[in-house]
Amino acid sequence: MEAFLISVMVAATPFLFAGIGELVAERSGVLNLGVEGMMLVGAVAGFATTFATGSPWLGIGAGALAGVALAAVFAGVSIYLMANQAATGLALTIFGIGTSGLVGQPYVGQTVVPLAQLDFWGADATGMLGRVLFGQDPMVYAGLILCAAVGVMLKSTRLGLRLRAVGDNPAAAHAMGISVRGTRALAVLFGGACAGIGGAYLSLVYTPMWGENMTAGRGWIAVALVVFATWRPTRLVAGAFLFAAFTNAQFYGQNIGLAVPAQVLAMVPYLMTIVALVLISRNPVLARANAPAAIGQPFNPDR
Amino acid sequence: MRIGLEPRTAPSTLAQLGAPLIAFALMLITGAGLLWLLGRPALATLQVYFLSPLLDPFSRSEVVVKAIPLALIAAGLCVSFRSNVWNIGAAGQYTLGALAASALALSIGDSMNGPLMMALYLGAGLAGGLAWAAIPALLRTRFSTNEILVSLMLTYVATLLLDWAVRGPLRDPQAFGFPQSPSLPDAVILPVLVEGTRLHGGLLVVVPVAIGLWLLMRTSVLGFSLQVLGTAPRAGIFAGFARNRAVWVGLGLSGALAGLAGAIEVSATIGKLQPDISAVYGFTAIIVAFLARLNPAGALIGALVLAVTFIGGENAQIELQLPRNVTNMFQGLLLFFLLAAETLTRYRVVLRRAPRALAPDIDPGGAAPQPQAEAR
Repeated sequence: MEAFLISVMVAATPFLFAGIGELVAERSGVLNLGVEGMMLVGAVAGFATTFATGSPWLGIGAGALAGVALAAVFAGVSIYLMANQAATGLALTIFGIGTSGLVGQPYVGQTVVPLAQLDFWGADATGMLGRVLFGQDPMVYAGLILCAAVGVMLKSTRLGLRLRAVGDNPAAAHAMGISVRGTRALAVLFGGACAGIGGAYLSLVYTPMWGENMTAGRGWIAVALVVFATWRPTRLVAGAFLFAAFTNAQFYGQNIGLAVPAQVLAMVPYLMTIVALVLISRNPVLARANAPAAIGQPFNPDR
Repeated sequence: MRIGLEPRTAPSTLAQLGAPLIAFALMLITGAGLLWLLGRPALATLQVYFLSPLLDPFSRSEVVVKAIPLALIAAGLCVSFRSNVWNIGAAGQYTLGALAASALALSIGDSMNGPLMMALYLGAGLAGGLAWAAIPALLRTRFSTNEILVSLMLTYVATLLLDWAVRGPLRDPQAFGFPQSPSLPDAVILPVLVEGTRLHGGLLVVVPVAIGLWLLMRTSVLGFSLQVLGTAPRAGIFAGFARNRAVWVGLGLSGALAGLAGAIEVSATIGKLQPDISAVYGFTAIIVAFLARLNPAGALIGALVLAVTFIGGENAQIELQLPRNVTNMFQGLLLFFLLAAETLTRYRVVLRRAPRALAPDIDPGGAAPQPQAEAR
């Protein structure tokens, strides 16, 4: 059970990073389906950098930069050239899968030094709960802090208001003088950085090695997670742990006494997301109150 | 100075036909550039990827074999995307079609033969894909749920269902524990058309379907209504075209065809069910649809182009030791450039002078509408 709980904490972290980045992007009105691609290039960039320099922190930074680079292409095509966001995101994912495989080819089978685990208040000695909660690597806590920070930003700052305005009513925001495309582009770049960090975490901490397609669909789960969380950071954190628990339960199912087939457990996050989607969209009032109203719609300031 | 996009009144035919070609050329250039940056042999890679599949007859037949499922799915997606119904989950519908058809064939076994069995098999493929696409269609029409996300989520559920099936109820007891089903009965294996190749009867299905859908979009009222609802939804509603019907037709048609493609592909090229049945064609078909500029007949050509990249990728893996993923790099680039080119055919780039304040004491954020001089 302890192994399961620790694994959930660790497994939730990439979801937290990728999810909070995507949440910010979607709140500004951009549906970025390229999270999987951005996570993969972040993973390979992080791994390659750490392999060359020996520093996992440099690797995490490189992962963020790789995610930003890919997100910049997405922003250019989908925001400034007003292309279909779903298709552009898909192109990003496919491109990211390919490029990461190509760049990562020399690194298959190599290992790096992973991030050291923290030891808050002698966590090791305080039993299972202490080890689970306080003995993780720094990125686990960084993810939680980031989600909290974004939550505060969205609710209580002018920047957050600007972001939400652009996502809910871009025409009104534009009339107020807010640069809709600029705000969206920044939000997408932030999403790219976070996805890249999430990917780098996978290749540097989760399993300190590189393999083709190592994100294995986590980017898609992150997209689902944002919707499941109805675009709110607190629910995102809860959802990330929930999804991580179900995804990992397929490996630990026998240990914790579940008799359900592994595949069914793995399906649950996706099914839960569909249910959440239906619940928030069936009621127009609920839908308006929760989803960014202008999500997925390109904005042309000249119209 | 600010760069703005202004819609053209009507894109020229030259632009419309040229856009995919320009996108393809840009993909080649950018791909070569990336390869060179990574220290790989750029020209050799391009040659292996795009030329080598066309050089010998067997390779060419393999390109057509790969193109068959891509074209079938893409033709349906063209219709769906045209009516602004974004079926991103074709991969899942493909999987369900293959699963349903194979389950039916395996349960009937050898007790039935002949064309009726084949018809049942293909029909089950259609039905499986249709059923899986009906879920996002229902949720969209009844609950206004975004079909992109639902169909996407269902793709993963479908893959997990297939995984469970081939390890569970449909597992071949004589396969030494490998997750696969028993071989499908001979009656459902599509006949080979040209000896010495794998070119199969699916070709006789995909060409009429693509042409038929093209005619549907061009000449029928239904096709017209779908296009109007896609490009000008309010006009469509005023004209009395039913939005819900467009959702059902778009998702249903593309889902059924994706399911059929799954059934055909499993029968013709794999011969049994296993966890990997190339459901990725469901995503690649989206690129094919855009390459074809959402024209179902054009999907036939677009599928050939994408099939070349797949075969080229397999060749590159052997000859240049490049990972198979490089195919995805080219495909992603192609889609990027296609989408960019699409915008540039519909819009013209203009330079505008930054708006100047009408009166000095008004908020300099430029909130009030300004008369703008346009530089052409």
